[in-house]
Amino acid sequence: MWHRDSDRFRLFTRRALMLGAGKGVLLTGLAARMYYLQVLESDRYQTLADENRISHRLLPPPRGLVTDRFGAPLAVNRQNYHIMIVREQTPDVRRTLEILDQIIELGPDTIERVERDVERRRSFVPVTVRDNLTWDEVARVGVNAPDLPGLIIDAGRSRDYPEGPHLAHTLGYVAAVSEKELTGDPLLELPGFTIGKSGVEKVYDLALRGTAGTSQVEVNALGRVIRELEREEGDSGNTVVMTLDLELQRFANQRLSDQESASAVVMDIHNGEVLALSSHPTYDPNAFTNGISHRLWNSLVNNPYAPLSNKAVNGTYAPGSTFKMCVALAGLEAGIITPNQRFFCNGHLDLGNARFHCWKRGGHGWMNMHDSIKHSCDVYYYEISQKIGIDRIAAMAHKLGLGEDTGIDLPNERSGLIPTKDWKEVQLGKRWQGGETLIASIGQGYVLATPLQLCTMTARLASGKAVRPHLTRDNVTPEGVTSREAEEFPELQVSRANLARVRDAMNGVTNELRGTGHRARIDIKGMEMAGKSGTSQVRRITMRERQTTGVLDNDELPWKYRDHALFVAFAPVDNPRYACAVVVEHGGGGSSVAGPIVRDLLQKAQELQSARQGISAADLPNSANLRRNPAQTNQDEG
Amino acid sequence: MASGKFRIGEDPDYVPIGRRLLLLNWTLVLLIAALSGIGFAMLYSAANGSLQPWAERQMMRFAVGAALMIVIAVTDIRIWLRLAYFSYFVALVLLIGVEIKGDIGMGAQRWINLGFFQLQPSELMKISLVLALARYFHGLTPEDVGRIPLLIPPILMVLAPSALVLRQPDLGTTLLLIAGGGVIFWLAGVRIWKFALVLGSALAAIPIGWQFLREYQKNRVLTFLNPENDPLGAGYHITQSKIALGSGGLFGKGFMLGSQSHLNFLPEKQTDFIFTMLGEEFGLVGGMALLGLYALVITYGYVIALRCQNQFGRLVAIGVTSTFFLYVFINIAMVMGLIPVVGVPLPLVSYGGTVMMTILVSFGLLMSVSIHRDIRISRQGNDDGRN
Repeated sequence: MWHRDSDRFRLFTRRALMLGAGKGVLLTGLAARMYYLQVLESDRYQTLADENRISHRLLPPPRGLVTDRFGAPLAVNRQNYHIMIVREQTPDVRRTLEILDQIIELGPDTIERVERDVERRRSFVPVTVRDNLTWDEVARVGVNAPDLPGLIIDAGRSRDYPEGPHLAHTLGYVAAVSEKELTGDPLLELPGFTIGKSGVEKVYDLALRGTAGTSQVEVNALGRVIRELEREEGDSGNTVVMTLDLELQRFANQRLSDQESASAVVMDIHNGEVLALSSHPTYDPNAFTNGISHRLWNSLVNNPYAPLSNKAVNGTYAPGSTFKMCVALAGLEAGIITPNQRFFCNGHLDLGNARFHCWKRGGHGWMNMHDSIKHSCDVYYYEISQKIGIDRIAAMAHKLGLGEDTGIDLPNERSGLIPTKDWKEVQLGKRWQGGETLIASIGQGYVLATPLQLCTMTARLASGKAVRPHLTRDNVTPEGVTSREAEEFPELQVSRANLARVRDAMNGVTNELRGTGHRARIDIKGMEMAGKSGTSQVRRITMRERQTTGVLDNDELPWKYRDHALFVAFAPVDNPRYACAVVVEHGGGGSSVAGPIVRDLLQKAQELQSARQGISAADLPNSANLRRNPAQTNQDEG
Repeated sequence: MASGKFRIGEDPDYVPIGRRLLLLNWTLVLLIAALSGIGFAMLYSAANGSLQPWAERQMMRFAVGAALMIVIAVTDIRIWLRLAYFSYFVALVLLIGVEIKGDIGMGAQRWINLGFFQLQPSELMKISLVLALARYFHGLTPEDVGRIPLLIPPILMVLAPSALVLRQPDLGTTLLLIAGGGVIFWLAGVRIWKFALVLGSALAAIPIGWQFLREYQKNRVLTFLNPENDPLGAGYHITQSKIALGSGGLFGKGFMLGSQSHLNFLPEKQTDFIFTMLGEEFGLVGGMALLGLYALVITYGYVIALRCQNQFGRLVAIGVTSTFFLYVFINIAMVMGLIPVVGVPLPLVSYGGTVMMTILVSFGLLMSVSIHRDIRISRQGNDDGRN
C-alpha cells in the first residue's frame, strides 16, 4: 500500500514539476512580450498615445481691415455674440430654453431645433441657440445667468461693412467657403470661416486672411477637451489701405442714386489712384456675411438694373462721341489731318449706297478739329476716319488704354473691344467694310469700353502718360503689404502739341459758348473742367423712322431702348489733377444727364482737396502707420 | 498524530484551532494582500483618484473574502473531501438552473442574487470541479488511471459544466474549466498519448465548434488574428491596450497619469484591462513586479502541493494554483495581444466581487491543504490511511 502511494507521489511530483516548468515558460513569454511592447516598441506606442491624446486645433486669425485713404474703416471685424447651450451643464434643456425665451425672443421653431441638435450631439458639445445677439441682449442674458445653467455666450468675429451699400462693388463681400474653393489649406475647412467672394475682399483675400494660430489640446476618447497644452496665436491679416476717398465715394453714390442704372469713376491722373468708384444700384454686402436669404438673393439676381454687377469695371458700352478725341488724335499723329484743316458738314455723308447721319440734322457747316470736338460733329469724323483707317484708330485707342485690361485690382474686369480689320476677319470671318470705320469713328458699332477705361483714357489725355488705375495705396501681395514706390508712368508716345490741341478742344466743349457741354461746366475760377459728352445708341434708327416720325426722343422709348448717356472730363483745365467718367445706362443725352454728374464729382474732388490742403501726402496712412493690430480698430459694440 | 493526549474515539490527526492558525501560511496571506493592495491602488487611479466607485467596494469584498479564506483554511481537509461531490452536484444544478432561467427569457443572466452577493454558478463550478476531480482521482490506483473506462466519469464531469458554460456563452470560463480539469488529469498520471489524442481530436473538432460560437466570439478570434482590420470595432480594445502598455515604457507615466487610461481610450480599465493601466502608469518595472508577485504565489502553491502527504490535497493544491495561473496568464496575454479577447479578469486586482470570492475561497482550500498536509487519507476517503 505504501509503496503504491509513493509511486503515485513520485509520478505526481514529476508531473507537477513538468507542469510548473511549463508555467514558467509561459510566464517568461509574458515577460518577453512586455519587454517587446514597453522597451523595444515603446517609442512607436508613445507617438500613438500622443496622437490619441493631443488634438491640434486651428485658431482662425482676425481678417485684415480695409480702410479708405485717410484710414476711415471700410471693412472691419465685428464682435458677433452667439449664445450656446451645453446639455450636461443644464438639468433640463427645455426648461432652460423656455426661460431664455422670455429674456430674448427665440420662438418655438428655434427651441425645437436646439432640442433636436442637443439630442444628436454629445452631452458636452455646445449647440448654438442664437447668433448675432445685440449687446443689449447679451447684457440681459448675463444678468439672468444664475437662472440659465448651461448657457454660454461666445464672442466670434464676423465681417462688417460700416458703409454698407456705399462700397459694395469695390470691397465685395465674404462668405462661407464653398466646396470648390477648398485648396487644402486647413483654415478653409474651419466651420464658420469666410473668404472674399468678390471685389477687393477676393483680390486681396490671401493678404487679408492672415495666418492661423494653433492650439494643442488634450482630448479624451470622446473628443472632450480636457485642457490646453500649448497655444500659438496666429497673425491677423494685413490692413489694406484703399486709394478711395470715402467722402467723395459717398458723394458719387448719392449723385448717381436718382438714376436707374449708372456708374462713375474718379481718378488721380498722375498716379492712377482711384478716388471713387461707384456703380448704381448697389446692395448691402453685410447681407452676405452670415448667409444671404434666398429671397434677397433672387431679388438681387433678377433686378433688371443688375445691382450685383460693378458696372464701372464690368459694364461695357459703346463710348459714342467720347471716342472722338481718340480718332482726332490718331489723325493728327498720322499727319493725315492738320488742326486747321476743315471739312464741310451738311448733316450726312453718303458712302456707297449708305447714308451716314450727323446728330445735327441740318449739319454743322465747316468744321476744323477743335470745332468737331466742341460741337461733336459726326460728319467730320466720317470724313477723316476714311483717310485714317480703322487700324490706326485702334492703335491710338490702345495707347489711350481702350480695348485692353486696365489692370485694376478688381476681379472680372472686362476689356471692352476695339475692332480692327484682322479682328473682324478672325472673329467674324468677314471682311471689314468701309462704312464700319465711319461707325467706329463716332464710338459706335463694335467699339466697346468700360467706364473705368474711359476714365483712364481721359487721364492719359490729360497727363500724357500711360496712367494705370489702381485701388490700394500700397503694394499688396499674399506675402504682405509693402509701400508702393511713387510710380512713374511711361510717356504716351504722342506729341505733346497734339495732346494739347485735343485738350484745348475738350476745354471748348465745356467752357466755350455753344460747346455741347457748356451747361455742365464748372463755373469756379481755377476749377474749370474740360470734357466730352457721348450719347450712344443702343438701337438701330431705320430710314423709315427718320422719314415718318423722325428720330424718336428718348422719352418716347422704353427704358432699355434709350441712349446711354456718357461724359468724360478732367479738371482743373490748367493743371489737370482729376479725371472722371460717368455712364448713365439708357439715361438719354450725355451732356444733359451725365455731364452734370461729372461736373459735380470733379468739383467735389477739388473742393475736398483744397479743404484738405493742410494734409500733406506724408500724413496719409499707409502700411507703415496703419498696420496695427486690427482688433484694436475693430468696431466693438461693447 | 503526534498528539500525546490520544483518546479512543478521537481523531488522531486532530489539530486545535489555535495551532491551525499558527500553521497558516502567513507569507501567502501577505502576498495575496499585497496583490489585492495593488488592485486597490489601481482602482483608485482608475476612478481618477477616488475610492468611489470601485476601490472601496473592492476593499470590503476583500475583507469578507479574506475572512472566508481563513475559515476555509482552518477547516479540516477531510470535510472538503467529503463535500467534494456534493458541491459539484450543487454547482451543476445551479448551472442548469440559470441556463433554464436564461432560456425562459430572463436574458443572459448568469448569476443568482443572494442579496448581499451575486453567486455565479460558473464560479462555484471552477472550485467544485477541482474538488470533485481531485476526490475521484484520489480514489484511483495508478493502474486504475490507465484504464480508459475509469476515465470516462471524470471526462463527463468536465464536459458537462463546460458545455453549459459555453452555452451562456462564456468562452473564458469554459477555457478555465477545461484547462483546470486537464491539469488534474495530467497530475493523476493519465498517459501523455491520451492527452495527445484528445488534443488532436479537439483540433479536428474546431471547424465544427466554430459554428457554435456566437458572432461576437467569432469576431474576437478573427480580430485577434488581424487586429488592424477593424481598428474602431473589436480590434480597438487590443490596439488601445497595446498603445497604453507600449507608451508606458520602462518606468511608466506615473501613478494616475496614464493618458490612455484616464482619457478613456482604454476600455474596461477597471476590470479586464487593469493590467494595461498598471503597465501604462508603472511601466515595465511595475508590470514585472506584479508578474513576479504572481509567480511567487504560484510557486508557493507548488511547494504546498509537494509537501502534502495525501493525493487529494496535492491535486487540490495544484488544481487551484493552476486555475489561478490560468487567470493570470489568459488575462495578461490577452491585454498584450497574444491571445484573443476573452473575458477573464486579472485575479485579485481586477474589480469584481465574484472572481475575488472564487480566488480567495480557492486560496482558502490551498491553505487548508497546507495546514492538513500531514493527514493521510485512504482511497475510500477514510482517515485510516495507515492500515
